[in-house]
Amino acid sequence: MEEKTFDWLNPFASIDLGIGAWADGIKGWAISNRDLIQPLKIFFEGVIVRIEAALHAVPPVVMLILLTLIAWQAAGRRVAILVGCCLVLLGLLHPEAWGLAMTTLAIVTSSVLLCVLIGLPLGILAGKSDRFESFVRPVLDTMQTIPAFVYLVPVVMLIGIGNVSGVIVTIIFALPPLVRLTSLGIRSVNQSVVEAARAFGATPGQILFKVELPLATPTILAGLNQTIMLSLSMVVIASMISVKGLGNEVLRAMGRLDAGKAIVGGLGIVMLAIVLDRITQGLGRSGRERGHRHWWQTGPVGLITGLFARN
Amino acid sequence: MTKSAREDVIRCEGIWKIFGERSREAMDAIRNQGLSKQLIREKYDCVIGVQNASFTVGRGEIFCIMGLSGSGKSTLIRHINRLIEPTAGSIIIEGQNVNAMNARDLRALRAERIGMVFQSMALMPHRTVQENVGFSLEVRGLADAQRAKIAQAIEAVDLTGWEKKYPDELSGGMQQRVGLARAIAADPTILLMDEPFSALDPLIRKQLQTTFMELSAELHKTTVFITHDLDEAIRIGDRIAIMKDGVLVQIGTPEQIVTEPADDYVAEFVAGISKLDLVTAARIMQPLAQYEAANGPQNISAWSVARPEDKLNTLVDLAVGSDSPIRIEAEGRTVGVVTRRALLRGIQGREEVGTSAMETA
Repeated sequence: MEEKTFDWLNPFASIDLGIGAWADGIKGWAISNRDLIQPLKIFFEGVIVRIEAALHAVPPVVMLILLTLIAWQAAGRRVAILVGCCLVLLGLLHPEAWGLAMTTLAIVTSSVLLCVLIGLPLGILAGKSDRFESFVRPVLDTMQTIPAFVYLVPVVMLIGIGNVSGVIVTIIFALPPLVRLTSLGIRSVNQSVVEAARAFGATPGQILFKVELPLATPTILAGLNQTIMLSLSMVVIASMISVKGLGNEVLRAMGRLDAGKAIVGGLGIVMLAIVLDRITQGLGRSGRERGHRHWWQTGPVGLITGLFARN
Repeated sequence: MTKSAREDVIRCEGIWKIFGERSREAMDAIRNQGLSKQLIREKYDCVIGVQNASFTVGRGEIFCIMGLSGSGKSTLIRHINRLIEPTAGSIIIEGQNVNAMNARDLRALRAERIGMVFQSMALMPHRTVQENVGFSLEVRGLADAQRAKIAQAIEAVDLTGWEKKYPDELSGGMQQRVGLARAIAADPTILLMDEPFSALDPLIRKQLQTTFMELSAELHKTTVFITHDLDEAIRIGDRIAIMKDGVLVQIGTPEQIVTEPADDYVAEFVAGISKLDLVTAARIMQPLAQYEAANGPQNISAWSVARPEDKLNTLVDLAVGSDSPIRIEAEGRTVGVVTRRALLRGIQGREEVGTSAMETA
């Protein structure tokens, strides 16, 4: 190593704290401890494969009708028509597009499920405790802004390529809005209502489940919607670590400069995004905005229960 | 007369509430050095919310706390069910020290024995009227078992038929009736009313006051009622406490407050209050002997007669019917005379010098 003289005007050039090497050390540790992670990996791989198999097992037409019905239930007739059209368009893009979309949907579903499991409790905690909020906020900032390529390598070193790594990478990017908006939702609950609940002898748990969470639900669902959208925007990057699906089509098309194939994959992702976005946004609007009725009184379920009620 | 027989349901002893991070130090400084409010704010960056408040509320009594906004009355009422912890002092409810209770006992106390009504109503927007009213029963796991109680409470405030509606479908007055029903649903002994009718328009407020007074006469709840409206306090309260800058300036019956204000602040408040239905004959009458000494012997049997506890309004009716003074009779004995002059002064709220019954009694 050549000897450097310390320069007061440019001190940074002569100081090397060795952060890069230190981080590389973590990578080395990760590689040597892969065995510890394997059982977990196998478990999650199993879950993802099962979800994917289930989605593939349903015939496209049945799946299309099912998703349209869900959209009708969650968001009303107009959204259902839009969702139906988007799905038909998705299927018509390419003979293989539907299957690829289901693979992507399986990855997104797994990521979002895990995001909810992790993000909801974290968000509630952050909503309740200022100290935890101030701790978690920079972590969330990091997760959202650090380039995916930075954590792609360590995750692959630790877990290997494949679906599980794809899901983890997706979670890192997609989790923050759910935590943030859950915290915001809990914090913006009308404090006088919480006080009233306390005054009538509710326990902290009852206050959370009977008052705070129900009142925060629209905000939390907005967070869920954002998490889903961000998960979808990660599918191309995830395909770099060998995740199949629509993202992989885009990646391969990019490598071959095949614009047509890229459009097929890209539009497929957009269609999927519109479908998931409209359904979750519909959930976010409370049933009471649609005429003070319970969810089972509207949509297709409402039709069926209505039939039974009349008999 | 019943006051002495009444047991104290709520007893507050020397409650202090100081807001701020250094409230303990500030409290010690007040105790040991007698620092003023101003100095406390400068030295400790603390604000005094309630200053040495002591009072008792008897069973079935309606105790009004009257004060302007910022006087600390809402802070004070929240000490009773310990939504706010006092910096010093203790609150005793039916012999139990609320501040010594553990979390479980405190929740039981709040759910079973105290009902509260809020100025902001604080209804839960995602629950129907019925679910709101049944909340205190539900948190104890009793909502289903006590359907009848919920229905009864809803009926008591005239909202039968609205059970399945949501709060935002109701008018302000109806919402507050839901609040009232929620407070009485668990049949608590104590009602805490934090400016319940202040946010309503005058006509609805009057209606709700009437509803509340009817309910109160029927249910005999021990009530602490916060208001910034002296008319309301006089209309509703058995006793009134006037609060200013965190201090209870005066506690007394409406008549005492109006006729014997403790200081200029209270006097200014009560100046505009009509005395007609508050002040009694006993307060403005003079002894018969004194009257005869001044005006010579009188043929008192021809005069109109009233009782000592009759209000000025009644005396005015009598005075309109005849020109002679009014004879005040108790248990068949003449106890005093009310002249026109004394009556007019009484309505004004000023006492005639030398005619006060208090001075000669």
